[in-house]
Amino acid sequence: MLVNQFLFLGAILFCIGVYGVLARRNGVLVLMSIELILNSVNINLVAFGTMWHATDASNLSGQVFALFVIAIAAAEVGVGLAIVLMLYRNRRSIDIDDVDLMRG
Amino acid sequence: MHAMDSHAGWFLENVWIIPLVAAVSFLAILFVGKRLPERATAGIGILAVAICLVLSGGVAVQWIDRTNHPPEVGHATTGAGHGGTEEAPADEEGGHAPGALSAGESAAAPVVGAAEGEAHESVPPVVKELTWFQIGGIEFKAGTLTDGLTAMMLVVVSTISLLVHVYSREYLHGDVRFTHYYAFLSLFTASMLFYVVSSNTLQMLVGWELVGLCSFALIGHWWEDKSNSDAALKAFLTNRVGDTGLIVGVVVTFFAAGATSFGVLHLNEYALSPEANQTLLLVGGLCLFAGVTSKSGQFPLHTWLPDAMAGPTPVSALIHAATMVVAGVYLIARLYAVFFEGLNIQFNSINYIALIGAITVVGGAALAFVQHDLKKVLAYSTISQLGYMVMGLGVGAWTAGVFHLFTHAFFKAGLFLGAGSVSHAAHHTFDMRKMGGLRKHMPSTYRTFLICTAALMGIFPLAGFWSKDEVLAGAQQGQQQGYTLMLVMGVIGALLTAAYMTRAIYYTFFGEYRGEGHPHESPKIMTIPLWVLAFGGLTFGLLNLPKAFQIDGVIEYTTRFEHYVEPTFLFPEVEHPEFSLPLALVSTALALLGIALAYQYYWLERSPLKGLSARQPFTAGYTLLANKYYLDTLYTDIVVGTTKGPIARASYWVNQHVIDAVVDAAGAISVAVGRVVYRDIDQKVVDGLVNGSGAGAEESGEVLRHIQTGKVQQYGAILFAGAAVLAAVFVIAV
Repeated sequence: MLVNQFLFLGAILFCIGVYGVLARRNGVLVLMSIELILNSVNINLVAFGTMWHATDASNLSGQVFALFVIAIAAAEVGVGLAIVLMLYRNRRSIDIDDVDLMRG
Repeated sequence: MHAMDSHAGWFLENVWIIPLVAAVSFLAILFVGKRLPERATAGIGILAVAICLVLSGGVAVQWIDRTNHPPEVGHATTGAGHGGTEEAPADEEGGHAPGALSAGESAAAPVVGAAEGEAHESVPPVVKELTWFQIGGIEFKAGTLTDGLTAMMLVVVSTISLLVHVYSREYLHGDVRFTHYYAFLSLFTASMLFYVVSSNTLQMLVGWELVGLCSFALIGHWWEDKSNSDAALKAFLTNRVGDTGLIVGVVVTFFAAGATSFGVLHLNEYALSPEANQTLLLVGGLCLFAGVTSKSGQFPLHTWLPDAMAGPTPVSALIHAATMVVAGVYLIARLYAVFFEGLNIQFNSINYIALIGAITVVGGAALAFVQHDLKKVLAYSTISQLGYMVMGLGVGAWTAGVFHLFTHAFFKAGLFLGAGSVSHAAHHTFDMRKMGGLRKHMPSTYRTFLICTAALMGIFPLAGFWSKDEVLAGAQQGQQQGYTLMLVMGVIGALLTAAYMTRAIYYTFFGEYRGEGHPHESPKIMTIPLWVLAFGGLTFGLLNLPKAFQIDGVIEYTTRFEHYVEPTFLFPEVEHPEFSLPLALVSTALALLGIALAYQYYWLERSPLKGLSARQPFTAGYTLLANKYYLDTLYTDIVVGTTKGPIARASYWVNQHVIDAVVDAAGAISVAVGRVVYRDIDQKVVDGLVNGSGAGAEESGEVLRHIQTGKVQQYGAILFAGAAVLAAVFVIAV
């Protein structure tokens, strides 16, 4: 089985995600881009899991790992959205360029 | 119920309860005594000691049974191995000792008395131990060791203590510190019982110090009087001198015997083994003997004992006549193998212990002549008799020394309690010049005092006759050769004893009453103990009749005391002295001569010795005695005085000129060094480093602050850039 197409898809998703994280100003979009990065990793996990265990269909370790990542991502996005919400309440803006209180 | 050595009965296994009972009584009196009436306080003490006496009696009976039916060696090993309850590993000593017997039978040959025809089978003592503490992989045990000597001491201590407890009820009636007195009496009893059941020297040391503490507290019972508290301090400090030696001795014997155990049996076993280092044993033995010298009032550290008479009289009877002062004698008897081998008692005709004992016999007796205080006469008499005990042990007559301890405890306690009774009648004075004629007023006290005095003088067939004669026979016959010097001094001591006691009796009970008021007999609660002790003084000598007195069908049992009390286990092979009729006759004749001379001198007042102390060559002697050989002067004026005077001045000069100069120089040098350090090192090097690091941090921070923009995405960009670089390095490198 070829995994190339899955790896390409994962790489593209990853790059889109990185671009979104680094370039978007909207906090919610940054969070969504992080989800894209995580999902690109999930694709890789499932692809490699299927490749290494092609003869053993009952071995689903890659897929199970991906499920864990999704669960963690849900929790992470919950925390992230809460932060964005608090940000909006305090600043009436979710532009993360405005949040530079830590500037040295 | 755990498996026990079937031959060691309950009492032998559980002797630890005996001191515990007395200790509980101490705590009870201490905490609730103040709130109770006198009768209840005394009741607690009397009850506790009575229980101790019953238990001690049980121990004695079971020990006699064990001696009559000695356990077989192999059986004893398994029995002792099973004997431990929770202290299963701690029973090693008990299991080990009988094992050592079977292994070391040829070397140690603990079978004593086989030469005398009576089959003396080896009876191992009953040892119960548990682990006290562990240091460096060595387990130190605490426990009890019970054999004939222990049983004998238990009985003596509990009996005398019980009588003293009863007697004190009346004697101390209405005393300001009645509770305090009974509490310490109980504590003393507990400590002394603890001391005699100890299975190792470390534990004995604890008991030894505890009895010393009780002695101190009770001598100073009436501390409002400065001289009493001084006497207590003197007793305590003099004992410390010897105790230092004792501690050193304990340590030396511990290391000599392989540094594995303080156990009494272990030390004795080592001393008897062929690989024992005789020099170490000698040093250890002499150090231990320093402790004996102070505690048992041996020359030249006996000076505290007469002063200790400042305490209440029952205390003098219990502590300073019957029990505590024989702790030293007991120590020698307990570790006899160490002394026997260390001082080479077997092959000598003179050794340090016997010599000190003999000097004490004569020295103490001579001092008793010049005292006007009845208790001090008795105190010097005690010193002299302790000399007999130590001398007996020193010449190898173990049984004689210990037997004298046993008989002396009874008649001397009787004498002290009699003196207390006299003082109770004669308005609390012990000055014999204010007594006299009390024979008519106090018949019970007079009779018991007379019996005990006769026992002390060694009049046939009272207790003192047998025990003193055995000591003298031991000195005469020795081990390989006789200890002649000790024999001569011992006989002179007998003469002096008879004479000074006659003098004391004359002053106290005969002539006209010279005191104030009307003397009266003491109540029954005081005279009954007197009669009990007088009975002991009258008959207890029969417990160890010499073999020569064995008449089939009439007197079957001779040398019973020797048979039951003398250890047969890990004990040196001692020769037992034979009864010697000429010696007995000579010592009795000398005692009678002493009585006769004193009688002539004091009663008839027409003695050839009249005015002896006034005659020129003898005044010096009298002055010497009156000043107690100047030992107190030596201690207070010369030893302490020089320490305080010239030595203090010398040390002050040294302090001012040498030590101060050194200190000053050191100060000046440090100041100079300090300056250099401050100017060159501190200011330049250290400050430079500190300032440099500060400035460096500031400058680098100035550069790096531009990176910290506070913009999350910039951080993210740097993060991803770093990750990309690392990934590139990974790809290129691998």
